[in-house]
Formats: sequence, structure tokens, C-alpha cells
Amino acid sequence: MKDVERALRLKDARALDDAAAEAAGRLATRAVAEKLVDVAYAFVDTPFGRFLAASTSRGLIRLAFHPEPVDEVLAQLAARVSPRVLEAPSELDEIRRELDEYFDGRRRTFDLPLDWRLTRGFSERVLRATARIPYGGVSTYRDVAARAGNPRAMRAAGNALGSNPIPIVVPCHRVVRTGGDVGNYGGGPEMKRALLRLEGALDESD
Amino acid sequence: MTVTLPPFQALLDAHRAEVLRFLVALVGRQDAEDCFQETFLAALRAYPELRDAKNLRAWLLTIAHRKAMDNHRSRVRRPEPVEVVPERVIAPAPEPEPALWEAVRALPPRQRTAVVARYVGDLSYREVARIAGGTEEAARRNAADGLATLREAWER
Repeated sequence: MKDVERALRLKDARALDDAAAEAAGRLATRAVAEKLVDVAYAFVDTPFGRFLAASTSRGLIRLAFHPEPVDEVLAQLAARVSPRVLEAPSELDEIRRELDEYFDGRRRTFDLPLDWRLTRGFSERVLRATARIPYGGVSTYRDVAARAGNPRAMRAAGNALGSNPIPIVVPCHRVVRTGGDVGNYGGGPEMKRALLRLEGALDESD
Repeated sequence: MTVTLPPFQALLDAHRAEVLRFLVALVGRQDAEDCFQETFLAALRAYPELRDAKNLRAWLLTIAHRKAMDNHRSRVRRPEPVEVVPERVIAPAPEPEPALWEAVRALPPRQRTAVVARYVGDLSYREVARIAGGTEEAARRNAADGLATLREAWER
């Protein structure tokens, strides 16, 4: 005798997984078209590994790379912006293109709009001041603190830069120590040096 | 109190296969894809207002069941085409026992819901009752009756 209960429970897992993955991919397209996605994200390949890029209707809100864990970044976006977070690669085409050009040395400024919602107060002022440091130039922690309104708040400026939600595009790598040392960076000091070399702010030997 | 909802993508990744399987059991392969889209779009629409994040899986299956019932109703109203040419067929076939699933879909609606929610959805009778409406006792009875019918039709 055949067993109905067992047959009902039997999962033909793999065939269904593939079909479900395809269906989920199509869902993203429809969800975007129906304006049901508040935070769209995608992965972007770069010379520094895979970046996570996220945008809202206002603009690019987040860029993240190793060692920031993807799960935590997405959970933070869900908590602070909206839980309607969906992987929708087509929504990130612009940042993907601009990053490609930047890492290729063909782009000096980013043109896409930014969503500053993940930062506020003094941190936001520090980051907005940082966004004005030109390609190829550097500034110091003291400078950006001063331009944000408090020249003595160097440590707070350092913290603001360390939690920059949109690194690269808001170029916190252009803020260095007064003595010439490049200082800390989320992706490590070696990545910071490499970015400054790419922009011509550091010699190849530095 | 505010609830902490995971990113919707996490929900989709974790439950998409189960939801699809549940829908295939209820409406068949041909309509499951449409119901899948409707289910997750409805879920996404309602998601930010959700006040209870404890059992998101049961919440999704509840929506899926509703979409499957809508599909059935529109099927009944819609004249059956002479030749059914599916636009998209979910392939390869997730139905190793076509006769069984045909029998499932031939069950009276309450029995079908109870059997699929209990055995395919792996939900508790309490959750089955919430999906189907009615008491836990009725859910148990409908599942048992449905199973008996399936045995009759299939096991010999």
C-alpha cells in the first residue's frame, strides 16, 4: 500500500527551488513597477571585491564592502528606512556604471543623487563637507571637523567618517591624519592608500 | 511596541520554495506562478504594517491560500479555453505523483485546504483553522476526511 501522508510531505526540493528562484526574480521586476520596493539593492563587482549598493526613491543610500556583513547592512536598512527591502539589480544600474568608470580612472565625480537619511546632525555636516573634497585632493580630520562647525571635534569627525553610509561616493578616504599618515579606513588602510593612488593623491610608491 | 521585521528579501529567500510548493498543491503548476506573484506582491504591500513578526511563514501561507482561492473563483467564472496553452510552465515538473495531486485538487475546498495546509504546508491544526476559518476540531476533521478520500482514490 502506498502512503498518502508520506507522498504529500515528500519534497521534490531541487526542481521546485529553481522554479521558485526564477519566480522570485520576476517578482522584483513587478514589485519595482508597482512601487512596492522602498529599498532596492544589488551587488556590484569592483577591484576591491563585491560591493553592496542600496538605493531609495531619493537616491543612493548605502554602499558597503568587506568586512561589513551583508545581513547586518540589510537589517539596518530594514529597521531604519523600511522593511520593504528587495534585491532589484536593475534599480542599481546607474551606480554600477559610475563605479565601473571610477575604478577604471574614467570618472572623477559621482553624478547620481544621494539619500542622506542614515546620517544626521554633526555627522551629516562632516560627511557633506567630505563630499566637497575634490578628486585628487586630501583633507585632514581637523579640517572637516572645522568645516562641520567644530574644529576641536576631531574624534567625533573620525567617528562620523568611520560610519559613513556611502563610502567611495562620499570620499571619506580623502580625509587623512595631519602628520601625513592615511589613518583608518573601513576597508582597511591598504584600500585607502590604493584609492588615493588611483586618484593621484598618493605616489605609486606610497 | 514596534516589531523588528527582517528585510523582505530574507523572507522571500527563506520561504519562496515552500510557498510555490503549497500553491502547486492547491492550484496546479499552471496557475501556481501567477498566484506566487500575487502572494508576494500582496505580502510586500502589507508588510510594513505587520504587527507580529513571530510566524511570518504562516502569514505567507495564509496569503497564498487566499490567492489560490481567488484563482479558483476566477477559474470558475472564466470560460475554459478549448485548448490550454500555458504561457509559462514551471519546469521541470514538481509533481512526481500526478494522480495524487489531481486527487488533491478534486477534493471539496475545505478538505483540500486542510490537507494541503497540514501536510504540504506543515502547519499546526491551529494555523490550519485560522487559514480555513472555523475551529481546530473542524480543521482536524476536514484533514482526516480529505486524507481518507485520497487513500480511497490513490493508495490501491
